[in-house]
Amino acid sequence: MKTTAILIAGFGGQGTLFAGKVLAVASLMKGLEVSWLPSYGPEMRGGTANCSVMISDSPIGSPIVSRPDVLLALNKPSFEKYEKVTVPGGSVFVDSSLVDVRSTRNDIGVYYTPATEMAGNVVGNAALSNIVLIGKVIKETGLFTEEEIIAAITETVPKSKQALLDANIKALRAGMDA
Amino acid sequence: MATKKLMKGNEALAEAAIRSGCRFYFGYPITPQTELAEYMARYLPKAGGVFLQAESEIAAISMVYGTSAAGKRVMTSSSSPGISLKQEGISYLAGSNLPAVIVNVQRGGPGLGGIQPSQSDYWQATKGGGHGDYHLIVLAPSTVQEMADLTVLAFDLADKYRVQTMILADGTVGQMMEPVELPEPVQKEYDKPWALRGKGNGKSKFITSLSLSPEELEQWNINNFEKYRHIEETEQRAEEFLMDDAEICIVAFGISARVSRNAVIAAREKGIKAGLIRPITLYPFPKDILRRHTSHVSRFISVELNMGQMIEDIRLSTDCCRPVSLCNRTGGVIVTPEEVLAAIEGGK
Repeated sequence: MKTTAILIAGFGGQGTLFAGKVLAVASLMKGLEVSWLPSYGPEMRGGTANCSVMISDSPIGSPIVSRPDVLLALNKPSFEKYEKVTVPGGSVFVDSSLVDVRSTRNDIGVYYTPATEMAGNVVGNAALSNIVLIGKVIKETGLFTEEEIIAAITETVPKSKQALLDANIKALRAGMDA
Repeated sequence: MATKKLMKGNEALAEAAIRSGCRFYFGYPITPQTELAEYMARYLPKAGGVFLQAESEIAAISMVYGTSAAGKRVMTSSSSPGISLKQEGISYLAGSNLPAVIVNVQRGGPGLGGIQPSQSDYWQATKGGGHGDYHLIVLAPSTVQEMADLTVLAFDLADKYRVQTMILADGTVGQMMEPVELPEPVQKEYDKPWALRGKGNGKSKFITSLSLSPEELEQWNINNFEKYRHIEETEQRAEEFLMDDAEICIVAFGISARVSRNAVIAAREKGIKAGLIRPITLYPFPKDILRRHTSHVSRFISVELNMGQMIEDIRLSTDCCRPVSLCNRTGGVIVTPEEVLAAIEGGK
């Protein structure tokens, strides 16, 4: 396995950091090297919030993802900023509920999933669009199995929010079926 | 095998401090190190320790002075502007030979600056920082694992030499999460006959940095510099990466070293004999390790997140026998592997 650079970009409150943490925990449980780096700053609900995740079987150099192999674009500004720097052969996962533009590149795989609508309709919680997209990512890239991500979600959802565990798993499966 | 845990650098450092026997922490919140203080607030009391959010950075470092004088392991942390405020107290700690661990999770400066990662406090950390003749031992972690491991080392070196150890991290290493194997709790305790623990049946003791006799103060400084000379001889640490046959040597610490590592691998794939020396101790600067390679290195490149500070130590260490160029970004901007590769290829 080579190093996979993942960038999850969206608004604050969309769960970009949580989605990144799920992937990081899944990597750790699998015995892979991993780094998780949040954008930090005067960010808040509605501002930009990005998360860089590097996964590899050898020690990770720079933890900063400037050119992603896998991009999760949770809003339009993120899609417009990072779609063009995604490496050729890479994959872009778009929440098409919130992004109304299409990629013009033909050297990358682009997957449009109405994640926010699906999270709202199927799971009953629109805030789980991040996990819907994770479902789509693992289905298309094969980075992790469903079981591995469920184990990571179980590990990552805080004890005080266990009620959300089933909803997360439902969101994951919805994304995998999308 | 011990299990690894996913932790932020700031949290791993805090947990390692508790496991090193630190039971006293005094600080004041500032981005990007606040998780460290938060962690201490939550877990230090559970370990039987004292967490106190001081009214200011100056108060916090003064509390460190008092706790250290009582012979206890103690730590404070801040980010760049807060560390500037602590300099008076750090100089007093040095003038009193009181061990302490001070953490600087650097952000861009000068002034209030920004909150993004930086390495622009290199001079302040390695050349003294406060007034008077003194050094801090300065450790530069580049991974979350090292945030933990170098904290254990920092407490040990501080007690061993009765010096102040600074962990010079940056916003990236503080904020990022990586798997970390936490150190075993440290059992070793140093004998501190100088500590002020009540007179009992013994003689009165006194700790001060005041010395009104010039001759005595001169001798005190000479003695202290004997100690620094010994530290320079025995405590240099650096990681070498692909240095055996390197003709172009990158010197970089912390996050810059991680970025440089990518560039060195990319250069090697192009057939360029590049290597990396990553100082782990910034004071003492690993000059013996640099000198060992001057026979086969034709030029050095200093990669740093500032306007060029460590580059001076590279030139001094090698007596300017090879050209040293600078590849840098500053203000919170992080240098990219592409920029470092361009510097290796001679484009900068």
